[in-house]
Amino acid sequence: MIKSVRITAAHTFWIKVTLHLVALSLLLFTYYQAFSDQLGADPVKAILHFSGIGAFNLLLLSLLISPLAKYLRQGQLVTLRRPIGLYAFVYAICHFSSYLLFELQLEWSLLLSEILKRPYISVGFIALLILSILAATSTKPIQRRMGRTWQKTHNWVYVASLLVALHYIWSVKSELIQPIIYALVLLALLVARRTKFLKPIQSRFNKRTKTQQSKKKLA
Amino acid sequence: MLIRTPKPSEIKENQVTDESVYQNRRQLLKSMGFLGASALMVSPHAKAVNWFGGDENKTFETTPLEFSQPQVYHSEDLLTPEQKIISHNNFYEFGSGKSDPLAQSQSFKVDPWSLKIDGLVEKSLTLDYDDLYKSFELQERIYRLRCVEAWSMVVPWIGFSLAALIKKAKPLSSAKYVVFETLYDPDQMPGQKNRFTGGGIDYPYVEGLRIDEAMHPLALMSVGLYGKTLPPQNGAPIRLVVPWKYGFKSIKSVVRIRLTDKKPQTTWEKLAASEYGFYANVNPQVDHPRWTQASERRITSGGLFTRNRIETQMFNGYPEAASMYADMDLRKFY
Ligand code: HEM
Repeated sequence: MIKSVRITAAHTFWIKVTLHLVALSLLLFTYYQAFSDQLGADPVKAILHFSGIGAFNLLLLSLLISPLAKYLRQGQLVTLRRPIGLYAFVYAICHFSSYLLFELQLEWSLLLSEILKRPYISVGFIALLILSILAATSTKPIQRRMGRTWQKTHNWVYVASLLVALHYIWSVKSELIQPIIYALVLLALLVARRTKFLKPIQSRFNKRTKTQQSKKKLA
Repeated sequence: MLIRTPKPSEIKENQVTDESVYQNRRQLLKSMGFLGASALMVSPHAKAVNWFGGDENKTFETTPLEFSQPQVYHSEDLLTPEQKIISHNNFYEFGSGKSDPLAQSQSFKVDPWSLKIDGLVEKSLTLDYDDLYKSFELQERIYRLRCVEAWSMVVPWIGFSLAALIKKAKPLSSAKYVVFETLYDPDQMPGQKNRFTGGGIDYPYVEGLRIDEAMHPLALMSVGLYGKTLPPQNGAPIRLVVPWKYGFKSIKSVVRIRLTDKKPQTTWEKLAASEYGFYANVNPQVDHPRWTQASERRITSGGLFTRNRIETQMFNGYPEAASMYADMDLRKFY
């Protein structure tokens, strides 16, 4: 198919430059609008929606990279995963900070009770914790040091994205169609990557049944 | 010759009354002993604003109203800017996003209109478009509007008492509830045509009050705000305003008011009875299952850094409503 075009490091360099420009300028511009009261009547809600959807879009994009690289046989694309994932984290941090600073206006007790009492906030919080761990372990030296556990740790991105899909569905009053479309897109991506997270589960399951069988034999 | 066409951003400046100007003019008129001199209150070409700078010809035209300004309905609360009141709306008939109603409703037809009052009454009534403004004395009432989503506004409504309207139809003693219905017109209301746009709720939108609630002097049928007739996104030409209840009770673009002896099932109750009750009184002690109702963000002018989180008051700060619920468990009847 597109075999004649080889995506090289130079190409991905420019893709990354574009990514930085777009993701950062969009973030800065939207926050500027919100600070100066030009983002609709309720800039707080507007910024929460912008950062939340932005984070989810980037998260889904980061999950799309590997299947795409495989399908197009362009291994070089995989280097885009880390910056995209990190931007998803940046947007998620902005989302959370905006909630704390502008929605709750630093009422810490309210933050705590909302995280504990509201399921949609709880799952959002857990997703954010997972993304934080992934971001903190995303550098090359740490990846090297972690060896095989790195991949296992980073497979938690699937759990995080499922929690975000749930967070989105639970956050709306009745307008379910869009969050459901997002959830379906996520499921499609998960199906594309099924071997990734099914294998560890299967191997564990196999191990367990084997040991059970051997136990039975012993008995 | 240079002909300069104003940009949408310039247009909006002059067409919308600034809240401080509005409040000052109000103050000035009062001190001069003018009450009801509404013509002085508004700029001549008052129109709705289109935030997105869309087709300016398609902005709904509102007209100045004449009304009195009873002192009891004055308020010390800072008014929410008109621009925000007319651009941040929950009116799923025109789309479920907050800015959809402004964007999608500007060619909405309000004249001719027909509002019918029937059911358990001696004398059914029908008000046409002109009757809405002429049948009753119009008053300006500044009310807090508390949305169930935990934001609030302060709105200078213009309208007449719902009780006066119901009395005119001579209610029978068997009438226990009042049912309200929004216009059903999918050709004009894209949300009624398409589930995606309409947020998945059943149309026509139905709301209800107990008869004593409907007869309460605070319950208002509003035909205007900020000195002018209502724009469509705020429920033109006539909508209910029940200030001690969450905003979704204050049904918009009403075409029918029916008195009945049975408690109606309201639209949001039908959709999620565990989250939206029939009474829906503003109550900081009873949380929505998914968020707190103890506090709210007051929408005023200002960007992200405005410190606008305030404590929510019982009955939205209208204690005169409390006696109607004296022996009810408000946790059960939320
Ligand atoms: C402690 C962590 C989090 C908190 C407190 C939080 C809070 C919120 C709040 C308050 C809303 C808006 C609900 C409304 O419409 O009023 C929301 C919506 C949303 N959040 Fe979060 N969130 C968190 C984590 C996340 C994360 C990690 C992501 C994605 C990576 C995310 C994605 C979204 C999305 C997509 C929406 C829907 C936006 C929309 O309706 O347009 N959230 N969240």
